[in-house]
Amino acid sequence: MTDTSQTKVPRPLSPHLSIYNLPLTALMSITHRMTGAVLALGTLLWAAFLISAASGEEYYKMVMYAASSHMGRIILLLWSAALYFHMCNGIRHMIWDTGKFLEKDKAMRTNYVVILVAVIMTAVTWVCAYLK
Amino acid sequence: MAEILLPPNSRFIKGEKIDASDGAKRKKTFKIYRWSPDTKDAKGNVKNPRFDEVTIDLDKCGPMVLDALLYIKNNIDPTLTLRRSCREGICGSCAMNIDGTNTLACTKAIDDVNGDVQVSPLPHMPVVKDLVPDLNHVYAQYTTIEPWLKTDSPAPSRERLQSADDADILNGHDGHGPAACILCFCCSTSCPSYWWNADRFLGPAILLQAYRWIADSRDDATGERLDALEDPFRLYRCHTIMNCTNTCPKGLNPAKAIAEIKKMMVARQ
Repeated sequence: MTDTSQTKVPRPLSPHLSIYNLPLTALMSITHRMTGAVLALGTLLWAAFLISAASGEEYYKMVMYAASSHMGRIILLLWSAALYFHMCNGIRHMIWDTGKFLEKDKAMRTNYVVILVAVIMTAVTWVCAYLK
Repeated sequence: MAEILLPPNSRFIKGEKIDASDGAKRKKTFKIYRWSPDTKDAKGNVKNPRFDEVTIDLDKCGPMVLDALLYIKNNIDPTLTLRRSCREGICGSCAMNIDGTNTLACTKAIDDVNGDVQVSPLPHMPVVKDLVPDLNHVYAQYTTIEPWLKTDSPAPSRERLQSADDADILNGHDGHGPAACILCFCCSTSCPSYWWNADRFLGPAILLQAYRWIADSRDDATGERLDALEDPFRLYRCHTIMNCTNTCPKGLNPAKAIAEIKKMMVARQ
């Protein structure tokens, strides 16, 4: 075999992310990572809520005021959507670990199931929150 | 680590436009990745890669992307460099990225691509020239899984036999088992995890082959083979992104083979 690693000219790296047409399963995978990071950040907000509740009415009201502002609601909406997506996709990962649903067509179909269930759960949560 | 941007010597410069369609009814433009260590600028520095746009008459060439590439090489630009051999999807030489997906140029129909056909080498690999990637690293990784039969018993006077069911695990009841892999490396080079960790992660192609020997009823080194894969990187950088199974031009399922290895790791504890 020709030893192609020996050369005076450094070889360029072939294009990857910029040219690859990522299938939906790959986009779901990166979204799973990003929602994981978002949830970690969201945990800080959750901690702020708990600390304020333990620190007295004044602090509690302050946090509740911030949470019920438009910006607060948008952040909570995104956080809840991230939570449900991460949970549904996480369950799919556990099923995958048993060796099931790993065929091309089944993986593609379960993509839509995960998205649909996550959207429904987010919507139901917010409908309940506003009806109360 | 993930490096999203290409290194400075790998970014594109403006390519050439060649129209060789000559008033044809059925035209198609191919955007082809070009790089040669011998293409230098006035100062003697090697020029960066580029995409050349070549428009051809489809009535003058065969139906597959490989036919178009060879038509261009034979009639327009003989310096276009690519690997090819069997032209029927069994040698794996012409593996490349076509229209954003890794596949074999010989089995990819030109008509299956809407608009221009973009052709580049297998992703995230060092380029030898044009569409030829340097495969030394993946071959070296292949040797690390010791892809041969290991047995404790002395060699019999005839073949080592296995049942039809045991053979099915390797061949697949539909012919799409791990033994049908042609080592074209479309899957490994489609895997973002392999892009970022090719130095330590074995990648789907090699893990599919590792599974092929682990699952072989005639092989006695299963434990030893699993030991060699018990590593945070070699096996467990697989995050079930599924690009491997989605891109395999032979319809095989490396993702499932890797899941089976992970299951065996847990089962033996």
